[in-house]
Amino acid sequence: MSLDAAFDEPAFVPYLAVGDPGYDASLRYVEAVAEGGADVVELGLPFSEPIAEGSTIQSAIVRALEAGMTPDRYFEFVSELDVGVPLVCMTYYNLVYQYGDEAGPRPFVERAAEVGVDGFVIPDLPAEEAGPLRAACDAFGLDLVFIVAPTTEGERLDRMREFVSGYVYVQARLGTTGAREEVSEYTERSLARIADWDVPKAVGFGIKTGGHAERIVSAGADGVIVGSALVDIVADGHENGDPTGAVADRLEQKARELKQGALDGAPPRPGRR
Amino acid sequence: MATERFDEFGGRHVPEPLEEPLEELAAGFEAAIESEEFWAEFEHLLEHYGGRPTPVFRADTLSERYDADIYLKHEDLLHGGAHKLNNTLGQGLLAKRAGKNRLIAETGAGQHGTATAMVGALLDLDTTVYMGRQDIQRQEMNVFRMRLLGAEVQAVTRGNEGLAEAVDAALEDLVANTEQTHYLVGSAVGPDPFPRMVREFQSVIGREAREQIQELHGDLPEACVACVGGGSNSLGLFTAFRDDDVAFYGAEPGGKGVDSGRHSAPLSASDEVEIFQGMRTKVIDEDTENHSVSAGLDYPSVGPEHAAMQASGRAEYHAVTDEEAMAAFRELSESEGIIPAFEPSHAIALALELAESGEHDSLLVNLCGRGDKDMRTAAEQFDLTPSS
Ligand SMILES: Cc1ncc(COP(=O)(O)O)c(C=O)c1O
Repeated sequence: MSLDAAFDEPAFVPYLAVGDPGYDASLRYVEAVAEGGADVVELGLPFSEPIAEGSTIQSAIVRALEAGMTPDRYFEFVSELDVGVPLVCMTYYNLVYQYGDEAGPRPFVERAAEVGVDGFVIPDLPAEEAGPLRAACDAFGLDLVFIVAPTTEGERLDRMREFVSGYVYVQARLGTTGAREEVSEYTERSLARIADWDVPKAVGFGIKTGGHAERIVSAGADGVIVGSALVDIVADGHENGDPTGAVADRLEQKARELKQGALDGAPPRPGRR
Repeated sequence: MATERFDEFGGRHVPEPLEEPLEELAAGFEAAIESEEFWAEFEHLLEHYGGRPTPVFRADTLSERYDADIYLKHEDLLHGGAHKLNNTLGQGLLAKRAGKNRLIAETGAGQHGTATAMVGALLDLDTTVYMGRQDIQRQEMNVFRMRLLGAEVQAVTRGNEGLAEAVDAALEDLVANTEQTHYLVGSAVGPDPFPRMVREFQSVIGREAREQIQELHGDLPEACVACVGGGSNSLGLFTAFRDDDVAFYGAEPGGKGVDSGRHSAPLSASDEVEIFQGMRTKVIDEDTENHSVSAGLDYPSVGPEHAAMQASGRAEYHAVTDEEAMAAFRELSESEGIIPAFEPSHAIALALELAESGEHDSLLVNLCGRGDKDMRTAAEQFDLTPSS
């Protein structure tokens, strides 16, 4: 499935850690956010040293790992999913690089393509090192998304532009992920720097409410990426021992709110970007 | 600024928000080492604060016993009791030049944390040290030292609660607080520029030793021997001899033996190359439990330059077991009146083995730390408590 087509209208892109808090519940949760209006789903493949995440998502990753999530289980999970929207695998380069018999990213990408993954976000893969993964993605028709931080400039920005496809993930504030009340002032500045890139721009990190989503889309984003606010719902449900169905309902509701916010932020004129 | 690599090892595998600060750090480092003013200040502190130069000493009893000339680089005499201060002074000065007001560090045994806390106090920088909860319990005395020096010691409670987890916690702190914070990495590990920067600041060890040994011995040694945790004291010794006809030996922590599944010896006992804590390098394999009697060596990975030196054949790495290290610890104490730390005890054990096998007639060993911190374990092991 094509990733950039998912951004034809302001897109809602949820992130969930696969296997949090267990395999079956996690399947339900991904279906719930898709049902609630997701246009793309970022599926986190848990890695033991997730240095780019805040504490909320780290805890999710720990829960998933403790429940037995592995790359092979992850691939099984993805092949079992039937949500009708493109899927992006978010993980760390070590897992990609280590997978399979052959050194380098190709076996992982091949397997991901087989089970229906449409693209990757790899936060610890610098564009400078991305050549082999880009080549493997090209070989199997997958996209490679890059994260642009407020401090990304110069040569690094140029290289990302050269390698990126699908969409660009614009990090709206310095620091690690975390749902916060305030939407950062960095958003507009970050978007301005990549305004002429020909991929959709999705803004993430810290979006918690429909209101945030609306503000970010009206500031020029083509979509919003939401992780911690959804993972919080999973975590609360898990701590309180709530039934999976109840948690799934809450996720679906939250997804609706965020998708609606994104739609409300769209400029009144027709067409995109 | 290009990222420096060591053949296929090293690199800078970090999330994008860390790229800019690391690039700035690399630029600051490159400017500093071209600056006479920086070197003047660094060398002044190494001499007057740290106590450099440290001597090279010929271990006469051991030399006779093993029929080889065995020399010790007395790095245990550096202020703080280990080689760590060379690096913390260098990076502390860099942080000052960059206008940072806060240092963070990871520590295992507490030696690097203590050396960082000293420099934080000396240069008036707020200091936070991340330390696994297990290590805090094992190394209480160093926790007291750090606190007395004014540092905040943060317990890390995830995973194995050890050194690797402390590095993760420090990296996360850095992601969140890059503007005012310098992450003072304690060994030649992590993303570029740390491995080359730590090597540069530690290489004073080998520069001194290369002159000293020629004076004492009349020649270069046939071999240099050092223990390898992350790899800073070993690179510190080796680098000055890089272009000489001198063999390099790294002593890795073999724990209970490389076949026991409990060691921290990625070079001598693993084929696994991974992307770990920002670098591409060797790590112990999945089924191995990270273990060493020495808290300063039980790191599951190793600096990328060592992985490259092993691959190219420039250096050899051997696993030394806990037991062999403890025997060397005792032997050096009894024969020369020097109590080494458990870390360099691994290097001593390897050097004695090389001498005994007749492989080399002259060896220079980096005695990179003193053993005070290890006395509790030694007392238990050797039954040193007085019988009542
Ligand atoms: C005395 C001593 N030697 C060696 C090491 C190991 O580090 P490296 O391999 O970086 O020299 C440590 C680490 O804490 C140490 O305290």
